[in-house]
Amino acid sequence: MNESVIQIDDLSLTFPTKDGDVHALSGIDLTIGKGDFISFIGPSGCGKTTLLRVIADLEQPTSGAINVNGMSPEQARMARAYGYVFQAAALYPWRTIAKNVALPLEIMGLDAGTITSRVAKNLELVNLAGFERKYPWQLSGGMQQRASIARALAVEPDLLLMDEPFGALDEIVRDHLNEQLLQLWAATSKTVVFVTHSIPEAVFLSTHIVVMSPRPGRIHEIIESDLPRSRDLDIRETPEFLALAQRVRNGLRTGHGYDEVV
Amino acid sequence: MSTLQTDSAELAASRAATTVVSSASSKKPARKQSESAFIPVCVVVLATLCLWYAGAVMLNLAWEKSSAARAGTTPAFLSMVSSTMSQDRPVLPAPHQVAVEVYNTTVKKKITSKRSLVYHAGITLSSSMLGFVMGCVLGILLAIAIVYNEALNKSLLPWIIASQTIPILAIAPMIIVVLNAVGVQGLLPKAFISMYLSFFPVVVSMVKGLSSADSSHMDLMRTYHASGSQTFWKLRLPTSMPYLFAGMKVAVAISLVGAIVAELPTGAVAGLGARLLAGSYYGQTIQIWSALVVASIIAACLVAIIGLLGKWVNQRMGLAHV
Repeated sequence: MNESVIQIDDLSLTFPTKDGDVHALSGIDLTIGKGDFISFIGPSGCGKTTLLRVIADLEQPTSGAINVNGMSPEQARMARAYGYVFQAAALYPWRTIAKNVALPLEIMGLDAGTITSRVAKNLELVNLAGFERKYPWQLSGGMQQRASIARALAVEPDLLLMDEPFGALDEIVRDHLNEQLLQLWAATSKTVVFVTHSIPEAVFLSTHIVVMSPRPGRIHEIIESDLPRSRDLDIRETPEFLALAQRVRNGLRTGHGYDEVV
Repeated sequence: MSTLQTDSAELAASRAATTVVSSASSKKPARKQSESAFIPVCVVVLATLCLWYAGAVMLNLAWEKSSAARAGTTPAFLSMVSSTMSQDRPVLPAPHQVAVEVYNTTVKKKITSKRSLVYHAGITLSSSMLGFVMGCVLGILLAIAIVYNEALNKSLLPWIIASQTIPILAIAPMIIVVLNAVGVQGLLPKAFISMYLSFFPVVVSMVKGLSSADSSHMDLMRTYHASGSQTFWKLRLPTSMPYLFAGMKVAVAISLVGAIVAELPTGAVAGLGARLLAGSYYGQTIQIWSALVVASIIAACLVAIIGLLGKWVNQRMGLAHV
């Protein structure tokens, strides 16, 4: 296994509520290697988004240990070690696309020249050159999400955390963006942690698929992909792809426990 | 009599408040709506004028009857009706009488004249504008304190709300007397009362506005490890702009009411409130009503100006479609 970027040991997170504690995450053990593309997949309430937010220091674990780039998540956040992409593009509506991408760079206090060149470079990377002066509402949903990916990349993090970034988009746009994301990943050799509830998306993108199950949120199975690293959309018709998707589906089925009497 | 005047002043304020509501509700397809709104607006104006004339006739008829009885004449009903609209001191002056009085005391008088309504309106306007600016600054600062500090939220907000439950007429003279005693005179005491009224809507709207940022927008700032002031200037303040202008629209109208009310119980010699007071001393109802009409026209203009300013800021921020 290659050098590890994220190390999680026996991590649990409990939300106290009026009706008793909710075990959002329970006994999570996970190691994410450098350059991996990891997908968290599972039904609603399995804690996949919560786990991503713990890595990003947006939630605090109740117990267990977590390590990001050899630091605590808080230190990693303060060092701006990751870029985070939300389910909604979360662009600031009063800023142009270029200004939105520049936002984290302004906060980091970079000089104007660096900001301009990084904005141009990253908008180019997501095929949004020429849209610098548009406002978010003038762009389609897919373009907005690409802009938000450019914004996350502009920080130049080695780690990209993506929370169902294409969940709200239609399938045609989603396929297209999936392909672009893979190319981007191949070109930049970043580590990507990706939350989804689409089996084809997880199988198409990932080197490792983490199948999660709910109540309490836990890791059911980690499936390592045997697909080649460089792939295009046609791979989804191959028997290997379909077999892998079948394994993920089986994992979800047994993990979810539809037949359990709760 | 003086209660009657405050009622009228409040009437003017509520009229201004209606303007706020109607201009706030005309949001999206503004142009189309204003075109199709032309006829309804005319109908409402005409209906108001008709009601006003009918009221003038009914309320002033008694005086015509009694004066006819005293003179021992029996004029025809229609001639009595027509003279109800040209009395010197009617209970309710007819619209055209008010219009003529407003015209005479604005266009036909020199601005420096003590009988010019422009002069009086200017005096009231200057103190209400000063009070409005003070109120906005105070309101924004209080809102920031409340949003950023839970202890202040719990300790300040009840006092702020309580401050607005006290009738302004009850404490306006006290404020002016107290400020006079410590040597504050002129524009400032009146502006203080305007501020007292106008900071409230600004606080309420800004508390809402500053805390209305999307949770994902806030999370984003956290992932960037943004400082408190960066989050404020780059996220919370821009988010609050539409709320600020909504609050300022109400604030600007009541700051004018505040200035007028401040002039009423203190025997001010100049200003729209002073005109109302003088009018009531001498039974000059036409003078009272013309001062009220001018006050409501000014209030409507101020609200419109804030509305345009809000639109301009929105456009500059690229939110023109909202």
